[in-house]
Amino acid sequence: MTAATAGGTAEKFARVTARFGTHPCDVRSYAVPTVNRGRSTGVPVARIGADMSFATRGFSGRRREADTRLPPGQTLVQDWPVLSAGPTPQVDTADWELTLQDETGTDHRWSWDELLALGVEDVTVDIHCVTHWTRLDMAWRGVSLDKLFEDVESEHEFVMAHSYGGYTANLPLEDLLDGKAWIATEADGAPLTPEHGGPARLLVPHLYFWKSAKWIRGLTMMPDNDAGFWEQYGYHLYGDPWKEERYW
Amino acid sequence: MTDHLDGNVLAGALSEVFTTDVTAARARCGGCGRMSAIAEAMVYTSAPGLVARCAGCDQVLATIVDAGDRLILSLAGLSAIELRR
Repeated sequence: MTAATAGGTAEKFARVTARFGTHPCDVRSYAVPTVNRGRSTGVPVARIGADMSFATRGFSGRRREADTRLPPGQTLVQDWPVLSAGPTPQVDTADWELTLQDETGTDHRWSWDELLALGVEDVTVDIHCVTHWTRLDMAWRGVSLDKLFEDVESEHEFVMAHSYGGYTANLPLEDLLDGKAWIATEADGAPLTPEHGGPARLLVPHLYFWKSAKWIRGLTMMPDNDAGFWEQYGYHLYGDPWKEERYW
Repeated sequence: MTDHLDGNVLAGALSEVFTTDVTAARARCGGCGRMSAIAEAMVYTSAPGLVARCAGCDQVLATIVDAGDRLILSLAGLSAIELRR
């Protein structure tokens, strides 16, 4: 698939909206012009009219920087749209548990406190939703999956992420290791709310965001790359945003 | 917070596939066996596709993904649909 222009994305949005009704990412996300980005441009809105030469120079330089970090077909947003394929589970951290199951049937289990005791890191990453929005430099806190897999021996190369509520997403194991994935507990400086996947969600920022399963409760090793929820229903088995791997 | 709509929101997308208005049709949930009109399903639209769930048991009845030049429809959660002639 070729890279969509901003116009192409808007056209697709209009078409999708006409066909399906309200679009998942809401109109605000698409209505934000790409040139006035507040925090990411660093140029206060009030200065635009007063000093166009400054503003123009500032925008063009910073836009080039932002554009190189925007995968094809993506539009920059400042808010954080909520996408959900079903009811939002309400899980208390006192009841929360994460299970990692390997092919021997052995369950590795962590309570909330045990997870945090593994070591929480601060990470700043860009996230790319398959519904065409991207957020840059998003602050997260979480536990690296390297910590979870430290004592796990497995020949299997794939993992199914399981969520409270029944959602699933499939991933290659190598995409979860070497500092590429976390069990995230905080975002934007606050604990994850249930609507954003709290108390904990998977965070795999180099893949489209549907792979970062909300309400994570388990990881199961798999010999084959079986399809998860959206992967069964039309979305790509891997989901690299830089290759626009959106659909089958 | 109401985070879903009713099955009538499926009418546009399903009209690309079916010649009749399927939202009025009754269907059986493959999970709990409940018979109800498609219009009574709970449809989650704030998602990468449309997700219709059974109002009785939450099972996913149908999904519709707009893949640009393709529409990918799953009715895997329904055991049957009654289409009146």
